[in-house]
Amino acid sequence: MADNNSNNPKNTNEVTDPGRRSFVKNTGIAVGGVAGGALLGGLFSSRSKNDSNSNTAADKGSGKEKRYEEARMYFTRIADFAILEQAVERIFPEDDNGPGAIELGVPYYIDKQLAGPYGSNVGDYRQGPFIGSKAAASDSSLDRGQIFINGLRTMDAESQKRFDTNFVKATEDQQLEIMTDFADDKVEVKGISSKGFFNLLRSTTLEGAYCDPLYGGNRDMKGWKMKEYPGAIASYAHMIEEDQFVKMDQVSLTDYQPK
Amino acid sequence: MVKTLDKVDAVVVGSGWAGGIAAAELTKKGYKVVGLERGKAQKREDFVGAKDELRYDVRKLMFQELNKETLTIRNTLDETATPNRSNDTNAINGTATGGSGVHWNGMVYRWLPTDFEMHTKTVEKYGEKIIPKDMQLQDWGITYDELEKYYDQFEKTAGISGEPDPLRPGQRSDDYPTPPMKETDIIRTFTKAAKELGYHPYRIASANISETYTNPDGETINGCVYCAFCEAFGCDFGAKADPIATVLATAHKSGNYELRNNSYAVRIIHENGKAVGIKYVDTETGEEFIQPADIVVVAGFTFTNTRLMLLSEIGKPYNPKDGTGVIGSHLTAHQRNLTHTRVRGFFDEKKFNRYAGTGALGVTMDDFNVEQLDHTKLDFLHGFCLRTSQRGDRPITNNHVPAGVPSWGKEFKDKSIFYANRRIDVQQQNGALAWRENYMDLDPTYTDIFGDPLLRVTSKFHDQDRNIVRYAHQRGKELLEQMGADHINIPEITEETEFDKTSLSDHTGGGVVMGDNPETSAVNNYSQVWDMDNLFVVGASSFPLMGSSNPTATVGALAYRAAEGMIKFLENGGGQLVKKEETAKV
Repeated sequence: MADNNSNNPKNTNEVTDPGRRSFVKNTGIAVGGVAGGALLGGLFSSRSKNDSNSNTAADKGSGKEKRYEEARMYFTRIADFAILEQAVERIFPEDDNGPGAIELGVPYYIDKQLAGPYGSNVGDYRQGPFIGSKAAASDSSLDRGQIFINGLRTMDAESQKRFDTNFVKATEDQQLEIMTDFADDKVEVKGISSKGFFNLLRSTTLEGAYCDPLYGGNRDMKGWKMKEYPGAIASYAHMIEEDQFVKMDQVSLTDYQPK
Repeated sequence: MVKTLDKVDAVVVGSGWAGGIAAAELTKKGYKVVGLERGKAQKREDFVGAKDELRYDVRKLMFQELNKETLTIRNTLDETATPNRSNDTNAINGTATGGSGVHWNGMVYRWLPTDFEMHTKTVEKYGEKIIPKDMQLQDWGITYDELEKYYDQFEKTAGISGEPDPLRPGQRSDDYPTPPMKETDIIRTFTKAAKELGYHPYRIASANISETYTNPDGETINGCVYCAFCEAFGCDFGAKADPIATVLATAHKSGNYELRNNSYAVRIIHENGKAVGIKYVDTETGEEFIQPADIVVVAGFTFTNTRLMLLSEIGKPYNPKDGTGVIGSHLTAHQRNLTHTRVRGFFDEKKFNRYAGTGALGVTMDDFNVEQLDHTKLDFLHGFCLRTSQRGDRPITNNHVPAGVPSWGKEFKDKSIFYANRRIDVQQQNGALAWRENYMDLDPTYTDIFGDPLLRVTSKFHDQDRNIVRYAHQRGKELLEQMGADHINIPEITEETEFDKTSLSDHTGGGVVMGDNPETSAVNNYSQVWDMDNLFVVGASSFPLMGSSNPTATVGALAYRAAEGMIKFLENGGGQLVKKEETAKV
């Protein structure tokens, strides 16, 4: 492999603060170029509304423990990922019980799933013709990754059409209105029913909230803690007969599996 | 080029309970057996540390990937069937060594005497007129009393933990080999309410066993630790009776068994009315082989058995228009969107330890089985069990909320967390009877990776199928009211509730059915094919109906019966084990 200067990891090591603010500041010199323009249009401006909530994955990343596994593996456009973040947070919002989908790592969880065999339907029967109902994601000729792209961009287009603003900048109520219509199968999405896309979005959101943290979701087992779900406990034989609820500390597979 | 291998005594397709039992019994007698398993090799070590809900329960790691082969599904004869494309929609078949027998919940029920003589007993009690037009009721050619010793043999092989059903006295020759599982608060709550209503609850017999046990073949199964990773998982602790821990271990120990994994059976080869062997593909290399044998045993899942018979052109394919032929008929199932549904009770003040449990930890009752009901007062035939079980609720797949709460958003999150441990479900499971136009044949359009047609399922719900479930749901609701549930969700069963891609379950039977008459059945009561005496087709494919409880013990019992027949056949130099003229009723 050529030791191209621009790809040299040493250059990135010079950026001491990987948080979004300093990243934007550092790349500010490139404003006017293609990359800078896309960043400002898709990422920075679209997220500014949420800065007061400090609710985005990137914000959570700064100042806290660095999570090197949190970078996009599947989504190429930051704008698509930003829509995903808002959509999953509406499905599983932060509340008095605890963190919402973004803080639990759900967007990165979904990104990782779509980058792998699940995203390209490797285990599924894919011989055509793809006729009949598109009620379920797997009945579509699109793979799951493509369904996410088409679904998220259609949500954005609906927001532009109805509210003259993109999905990420729309108010929570406007976002909910669009998502409800998706869930009720009232929106046209190319290659899949809007309900089929929404069900996939919902199911992967719950997966990301409650999977073992090894997959990048359920960060710090906070999903399990909210639900009082203990995780990978070796044995319940000692308490299975109890008639009172027994609260337990959470155990992840990182701790449980023999090494 | 197809390579023909050296002949053995028996070749067995499948390494699940049916194929495993056949292999164990034949190899114990000294016969050389080759097993063909299309799935990968697996052993207990593969299951150590496997407490991963996403990988196993959601992504269905232990189920057959559908990229090689699946089913196509339609409701009626004039529709075009479409494929069941993903295990997201419906995971049905197990794969890999041990088959579905590795990732089962381990609920063990004996079916009822009436099940095996459904036609005779129904007509005796109610007359022919009670049978709806287009329903197909058929006797099995064997009675419960004749099968009892094989049920007992299966229970002893698997070390089953249980207690007798109080409504079925005198139907057991022996106790279960191990005592019932531990009792939980959920089990106590159900039991108390059921008794208050005058019912007869008893503990679900379980293959996740209550104490360490060594079976008659010398295989040891450990006592269950209630770790809550059972149904879609291989057991972390060797505490669930599965074919790997029991019958396959016995077969291997004999020195007479060779199991070939990644070996995909594509045809039963036959000449002049005799089975010659199995043609299979090594899916790792693409090489084709023929494994010749004196007897050929097809012991895959219902779909595999039926499809191999159709692809190999053995027996007469069933024709739903005139009711002639047999291969593919009597498709029945515990359908996930009808028979397998649950009435859910939510408790505002009471929390249960729902995260703990194991596959068959629960309590059941037989007060509404086919023999307890008076069908002249009801709008359905057969009956159902009612039960609750505590498998250990895992968090991705259990987000139940009372009716009226949305399925996503603020209220959903709050309520799904609040009720995570405040719930008891009452599940009914009812007998499913065969209908003339519910059947299997070969699909005209879609093919598997080898270019062979997929199996096509044609199936529709009938009024009777919906009526029995509605009736059972009401009994479940009464039980939950008695338990003190604050909110009760009853699944809505409307005229629009229809058989679809989510319906079929691992409890699916038919296609190569057992009976006393070669005109209406494919195999005799030894699972021996009427028209080809050295071919045995073993498993739920032989069920002419689906009883009101879990089918594995009946698969096991029929497999022991079939193995006895295979040994007789080999010892006596062949021939039909059941004389057609003695048993066939006109």
